[in-house]
Amino acid sequence: MADFKKADLLDMYYDMVLIRRFEERCAQLYQEGKIGGFLHLYIGQEATGVGAVRAIRKEDHIFTAYRDHGIAIARGLDINALMAEMLGKVTGVSKGKGGSMHLASREHNFWGGYAIVGGHLPLAAGVALRARYMEEDFGVLCLMGDGATNIGYFHESLDLSAVWDLPVVWLVENNQYGMGTAVKRASGVEEIVKKAQAYGMKEGPRCDGMDVIATYEAVKEAMEYARKNGPVLMEALTYRFVGHSMGDPERYRTKDEVRQYSEEDPIGKFGAYIKSKKKGTDAELAELDQKAAEAIEAAVQFAEESPDPTFESLFEDVYVD
Amino acid sequence: MAETKRMTIREALSQALREEMYRDETVFIMGEEVGVWGGTYAVTRGFYDEFGEKRVRDTPIAEMAIVGAGVGAAMAGLRPVSELMTINFAFLALDAIVNHAAKIHSMFGGQFKVPLTIRTTTGGGRQLGATHSHSPEIIFAHFPGLYVCCPAMADDAYGMIKTAIRNDNPVMVIEHSTLYQTRGEVPLDQDYLVPVGESRIVREGKDVTLVSFSKGVHWCLEAADILAKEGIEAEIVDLRWLRPLDTSKFIESFKKTNRMVVVEEGLPQFGVGAEITARVMEEAFDWMDAPIKRVTAEDVPLPYSREIEQMALPSAEKVVKAVKEVL
Ligand SMILES: Cc1ncc(C[n+]2csc(CCOP(=O)(O)OP(=O)(O)O)c2C)c(N)n1
Ligand SMILES: [Mg+2]
Repeated sequence: MADFKKADLLDMYYDMVLIRRFEERCAQLYQEGKIGGFLHLYIGQEATGVGAVRAIRKEDHIFTAYRDHGIAIARGLDINALMAEMLGKVTGVSKGKGGSMHLASREHNFWGGYAIVGGHLPLAAGVALRARYMEEDFGVLCLMGDGATNIGYFHESLDLSAVWDLPVVWLVENNQYGMGTAVKRASGVEEIVKKAQAYGMKEGPRCDGMDVIATYEAVKEAMEYARKNGPVLMEALTYRFVGHSMGDPERYRTKDEVRQYSEEDPIGKFGAYIKSKKKGTDAELAELDQKAAEAIEAAVQFAEESPDPTFESLFEDVYVD
Repeated sequence: MAETKRMTIREALSQALREEMYRDETVFIMGEEVGVWGGTYAVTRGFYDEFGEKRVRDTPIAEMAIVGAGVGAAMAGLRPVSELMTINFAFLALDAIVNHAAKIHSMFGGQFKVPLTIRTTTGGGRQLGATHSHSPEIIFAHFPGLYVCCPAMADDAYGMIKTAIRNDNPVMVIEHSTLYQTRGEVPLDQDYLVPVGESRIVREGKDVTLVSFSKGVHWCLEAADILAKEGIEAEIVDLRWLRPLDTSKFIESFKKTNRMVVVEEGLPQFGVGAEITARVMEEAFDWMDAPIKRVTAEDVPLPYSREIEQMALPSAEKVVKAVKEVL
C-alpha cells in the first residue's frame, strides 16, 4: 500500500467533504428554483471520484458523464466557477451554457461531463489517440456509469482502443443502477470488467469504490499500465445515496437498501481510517469540514452576485471565429 | 359524437396504451425505464404490475436495439411500442429508424411490413442544455416510409397512439415534454382514431392563418387570444402529422386570410416553416398579400441558463409580433 503523507490524506478528505457540501447545497438551490434542469448528485460516490482523479497526473486527461460535479471538484476546478455554472451565470466554467451536466475546464485537462450516455467514450479514445500519434506520454481516464456499458458507443470505443492500444483507463462507476435498472436487469454479465475479454483488453480490478485509498491504488496501477501498454477496463463498486436525479420516485430500490449502504458512508469511513493511522485528529477533520462549508457558502455568494448571460451571448461560441 | 372525458395528455396516452394492450395481446412496450420506474414521464405508471415484464419490457440503455429490435419484432408479426426516452436519444437510433423502419417495406418489394410505433418526447425550455433540448421532428418527417405525428391536444394524444399501433406502417408519435399536464376532452370511444395525415383547424378566424403543431399550437392559441382583444382574428391550423403532410386545410385557410405565420419550436433552417411556405408558393401564390413569416427557435444550440434559453425559444409574444408584421 502506498505510503500517504498526512497532508495527502487530509487533502483527499477535504475534497470528499467539499463535494458532499457542494451537492447538498445544490440540492437546496434546486428546491429554491435557482438551479434548473437535471441535477445528478454524487452523494455516496465521493471516494470513487476523489481516489480516481487523485491517482492520475496533471498531464493525464479526464472524461466523465453528466454526474460530474465530484469529478470536477476533485480535479481542482475553481469552486466559484463551478457553482456559477450551476446557477447559469456568465462566470461559470461553461459561461452558463452547459449547466450541471456539462462542466469542463480545458486548463485542468478535464474535458467535460457529457449528457448522452456513452457519447464521451469515443471522444476519450480520440484524445488518447493523440498520445500515440504524437508520441506523448499521457493517458486518459474515462469514467462512465454501469448503464453506459450496454450502449453501442461502449462496444465501438473499447474495441477501437484495444485495436490501437490506446492509453485509456475505462473506469466504470458501478453504482448498481442505471436510473432504476439494476445491473443484472440490463447487462448479460453482472461482473462488468468481464466485458474486457471480448476485446482482448486487460481486465482490471473491481475495486471498492467506497474506499478512497483502494480506488486510488487501483486506478494508479491501471493508468501506469495503460500509458505503457494499452487500455484497461476496471470497475469501482459504489452506490449513490440519493435519487438518480432530482424528483426520482425511487420505486426500484428499498429504503432499507439505501440505509444499509448509507451507513457505510465513504467520508465517515475515511475519517476513521485517518484517525486510526494517527494522521489526523477529530479537531483537524472538524476544521476541514468547517473550511469546506465556508468555501461553498462563498461560492454560492459569488454565483448569486454574478451576472446572467445576455441574449447576444446566444450567438457567441457557436463557431470558432 | 361520443361522450367525452376531460383528462391530461399523460392520462390520454396512458389510457390509449392500456386499452390497446388489452385489445391485442401482440402489443407490447419496450424502452428505458418503462417498467419498474413507471416511465420517465409516468405514462406507463402501473403497467409493469398490470401487464407483467413480458409485455412491459425495461431495456438496457440501447437506443439502436430498442428501435431495431422493434423493427424486427414488428416484421415478425408483433406490434411493438418502442419508447425512446427523449427525442434527443433518437439520434442514436437514427439508422434503425431511417434505414430499416422506413425502408423495409419498399426495399423488399412489399414482402414485409413494419407495424412499429415509436413513442418519444420532444422540446426544449427545461434548462437541459444543448444536447437535451432538441426539437428535431423535421428530421424524421424527411423520410418516406415513416409516418410522424405530434399530438398537441389530449384527444389527439389518445387517438394517435391507437392509430399508430393499429397502422401497418411504422409511426413515430412525438409527444411534447411540457404538455403532459395539458388537459382536454377525450372521446370515450375505444376505437377513436386520428386519420393519418389529417390536419385540423383548432380556431377559426379571417385575418391571418397560423400554422403549427405540437407545443406551437399552444403558443398560437395564446397569441390568438391576445390578438382577439385588438380585433384581429387568427385562424389556427394544427398540422398534427408532419408526414404525410396535409396541405388542404392551410391552403384553404390561406386563400381566405391571404396572410400566414408558421410557428415551430425547432430551428429555422430547412424547417417546417420553409416547407409550408414552399407549399403555399406552389399552390396558392396568387392569394398572397404579404410575405409569410416564420417564428422558430433562434438558430443556436440551446443553453442551460434559464433566461437566455427562454429568449431563444418561440413564445406567444413572438407570434403576436410576427402577425402584426404580416398584417
Ligand atoms: C443515449 C442516452 N439514452 C438515455 C439517456 C437517459 N439517461 C440519462 S442517465 C441514464 C442512466 C445511466 O446510468 P449509468 O450509466 O449507470 O450512470 P449513473 O446515472 O448511475 O451514474 C439514462 C438512461 C441518456 N442521457 N442518453
Ligand atoms: Mg449507474
